[in-house]
Amino acid sequence: MLVHSKAARRAVHSVFFLLFVPVFALPLLVIVAASFATNWSGALPSGATLTHYQDIVRGDSLDALVTSVLTALAASTAALTAGTWAALAAEKLGPRTRRVLDALFLLPVAVPSVVVGLSLLVAFSRPPFLLNGTPQIVITAHTVLVTAFAYQSVTAALARLDPAYEQSAAGLGARPAYVLWRVKLPLLLPSLTAAIGLCFALSMGELSATMMLYPPDWMPLPVQIFAATDRGSLFAGAALAVVLMATTLLVLLAVSRIRTRATYR
Amino acid sequence: MVAVRTPAVRESVGGRAPGAPRAVLWALPPVAALALVFLYPLALVAWQSLTPDDGGHSLTPYATVLAETSFREALGNTVLIALGATLGALLLGLALALVIAFVPFPGGKALSRFIDLFLAFPSFLITLALLFLYGTVGVANGLWTDATGAATGPLNFLHTPWGVLLAEVTYFTPFVMRPLLAAFSQVETGQLEAAASLGARPWRIVRTVILPEALPSLAAGGALVLVLCLNEFGIVLFTGAKDVVTLPMLVYTKAILDGDYTGACVVAVINIALSVALYALYRTVASRAAGARRGRRKGPRTAAGSGGDPRRAGA
Repeated sequence: MLVHSKAARRAVHSVFFLLFVPVFALPLLVIVAASFATNWSGALPSGATLTHYQDIVRGDSLDALVTSVLTALAASTAALTAGTWAALAAEKLGPRTRRVLDALFLLPVAVPSVVVGLSLLVAFSRPPFLLNGTPQIVITAHTVLVTAFAYQSVTAALARLDPAYEQSAAGLGARPAYVLWRVKLPLLLPSLTAAIGLCFALSMGELSATMMLYPPDWMPLPVQIFAATDRGSLFAGAALAVVLMATTLLVLLAVSRIRTRATYR
Repeated sequence: MVAVRTPAVRESVGGRAPGAPRAVLWALPPVAALALVFLYPLALVAWQSLTPDDGGHSLTPYATVLAETSFREALGNTVLIALGATLGALLLGLALALVIAFVPFPGGKALSRFIDLFLAFPSFLITLALLFLYGTVGVANGLWTDATGAATGPLNFLHTPWGVLLAEVTYFTPFVMRPLLAAFSQVETGQLEAAASLGARPWRIVRTVILPEALPSLAAGGALVLVLCLNEFGIVLFTGAKDVVTLPMLVYTKAILDGDYTGACVVAVINIALSVALYALYRTVASRAAGARRGRRKGPRTAAGSGGDPRRAGA
């Protein structure tokens, strides 16, 4: 407790909420409110309607949602596999090789996503790998971008893991593969589900690399939102954004439920 | 049981010593995959940037791009906006984190979870929201026209660099707050009480007790946000202003709208150089911050929640 007088504390808190509410809470609320409106030229939106949502159910926006979910599922699964494998392998390496691996797997965070998109476009538009114009190139881009987060979460979880479990299992004669499968991975399960949730959320919202290389028949939701706002349909764009946020939230919630069930076991 | 945890025993029980050739072999498959989908494409980008359209290999594409006013403007815009947004996010994040940590109020925990959630959403949503808040037909201007009867409101800054700046400060402030809150949770409340009982005013306690403790995390958070701002694309794209062009935007325009892949690759290489250099700096600062904290206190909880947290890990 830094401020002891009640009045001063109230003053600090009111300044806090004056900063916090317009900057953080309002944007999300405003998008939700706008998605149910047709017009916003006063303090509050007007022309309450559900048409934007009805249009989504009828139009090709539903395809975009399915596309986004499929891309995010594929990318987060691939990223989790690669990231976990790399993190487990890095643990056994010497400190110097390990630092190289860390740097390699964290590099995609530092490289602009647009450039990741451009590089895949340049590399996979020519033989021997012709992926340009396929859904696979979008999934590959998303995987590259989110693997770093999977790698980093699993590495952090491994550092927190008590080595005694692994040692007792090995000391009792379990083979390394058995230790990994029956001891280490179950202990890591909460972190793994958290990591896949994070990867899924990031992939759902990925726009920069996707803008560079999405084919016309594989258009994820963020691109659709941009297309809507770019042609001036801000309210339809807001409805799509709400769908995007709701889907992400639902998946994160589901994943956190798996997590709590796993910790009880 | 405690004795089992010492490193010496760990190696003998674990069988293999770290760094054994088999361990390197196990690391190869993921590295090979990364090389195929990330390093090889990047190498091709660098190679393409040295390949002018009229054949051969030379530095002429760089000379061409560097001579363009649009590139110089984009570079200036990118650096200025990134610096401004980082400064803004640092100040706002520090102020908000100080209140959450040291002037607690009911619901503060829920608030920091809300901030975590914020990180799971894409950045362009902020620009979309700002259009409804401060756009030409948004809430703020609507209030103004309702109150004064004027035809248009006073706010029309969203399509200027200020709009991008506001959106980036909003979006990136949580990235500063997370490591700061982790650092603040390590500050001994006893120290604060002692300083207060010796007559130090709150501002002085913040300056002399809390800030030195949080400085490494602040530096790490700032460096990370600077890199992310340099690379930000969604916010700029959604702003849709012709006169706010940043380096990632220029890469997109050159490649997709103009079809000038060589030019796009040149800008990309320059952008990568800038960001990766800064990111290396961030990693150094962050690991030093984590090391300093670990050195000061030896307890089980110091290993977690270090200042070197990834961009959104654990959101």
